[in-house]
Amino acid sequence: MSDIAAPRSSSRARNLKGGGRNRSGQTNFELYSWLFMRLSGLALVVLVLGHLFTNLMLGDGINGLDFAFVAGKWASPLWQVWDLLMLWLAMLHGTNGMRTIINDYAEKDQTRFWLKALLLTASIVIVVLGTLVIFTFDPCLDPHSTLSVCQ
Amino acid sequence: MDVKVKILRYNPEVVDEAEWKTYAVTLQPTDRVLDALHKIKWEQDGTLTFRRSCAHGVCGSDAMRINGRNRLACKTLIKDLNPEKEITVEPIKGLPVLKDLVVDMEPFFDAYRSVMPFLVTSGHEPTRERIQSQADRDRFDDTTKCILCAACTTSCPVFWSDGQYFGPQAIVGAHRFIFDSRDEGTEQRLEILNDKEGVWRCRTTFNCTDACPRGIEVTKAIQEVKRALIFRRV
Repeated sequence: MSDIAAPRSSSRARNLKGGGRNRSGQTNFELYSWLFMRLSGLALVVLVLGHLFTNLMLGDGINGLDFAFVAGKWASPLWQVWDLLMLWLAMLHGTNGMRTIINDYAEKDQTRFWLKALLLTASIVIVVLGTLVIFTFDPCLDPHSTLSVCQ
Repeated sequence: MDVKVKILRYNPEVVDEAEWKTYAVTLQPTDRVLDALHKIKWEQDGTLTFRRSCAHGVCGSDAMRINGRNRLACKTLIKDLNPEKEITVEPIKGLPVLKDLVVDMEPFFDAYRSVMPFLVTSGHEPTRERIQSQADRDRFDDTTKCILCAACTTSCPVFWSDGQYFGPQAIVGAHRFIFDSRDEGTEQRLEILNDKEGVWRCRTTFNCTDACPRGIEVTKAIQEVKRALIFRRV
């Protein structure tokens, strides 16, 4: 009597056992990225609404928004940290979301790779540039500045 | 009543393209879509090809896309489909069509087999049945109802664009054992579903829950597997 292999083992299971996708090679990356989306989303609700409220509702509201207002805000470490958090969380949240969309909709491996490369480059440029601006911002760069902090 | 049924026909031996064909049939409002298909096959066009076995919603053979929604032809009544208009019938999406309404189910079964849908235990076999409390049994009752019809997996937009995704059904199949107190393969199954193509690809669009002819809360089951992974790994 000949042996019948039952149940037939899945080609995916075979992939998991042999080759590159063994158990030690498995990471929790997708798990953490999923969790990050939820937590950063919650944090962003507070950060963005707080940002909008202080910029548009407090004081003179939208009419008070000018260079001096931004300069005054970034003189305080609180707003530096606030804006930094907002920048990093929004960028990572958005980048991860775009990564997911690319994975969902780009069918060819080549297309996927290049779209993700483009996305990563754009994100890094914006995050680095934004961080640099927050920390090196100098309201008195202009020697003829009339702002009170520069007098 | 006279009903028009529009079916997406495909025969690779004759033409490469699938094409719509409309058939006029006389039916009772309480007839099912399967009865309509039978009438067409038996009385009008014997080449119409579709799967069905039990014809009573248990075997899971006749899942198809009826009026744009995945349903079992044997459980869908004509009167519930707005029979004034044409009723459209297509094969389920995301799996290769072999002929007319018959698709190749192999990728679907392959994903199911990969989550080890069988009891995994260690040690000696007990001499009597493995006892389980009613509460423990209730924990996974919903996912035991699956009949592997593929209506959920082929209603999932993530599966349509990425055939590597395990799909809702495989996760339901894993859920049935992950939350079974008698089973010891939970870690392995969670590891498999923690894959890049595992539970994290789910977008909670609820298409699967809507499609399930057995009323399984599929999206909820997927979320429970996610939760189990998070609380075990983080």
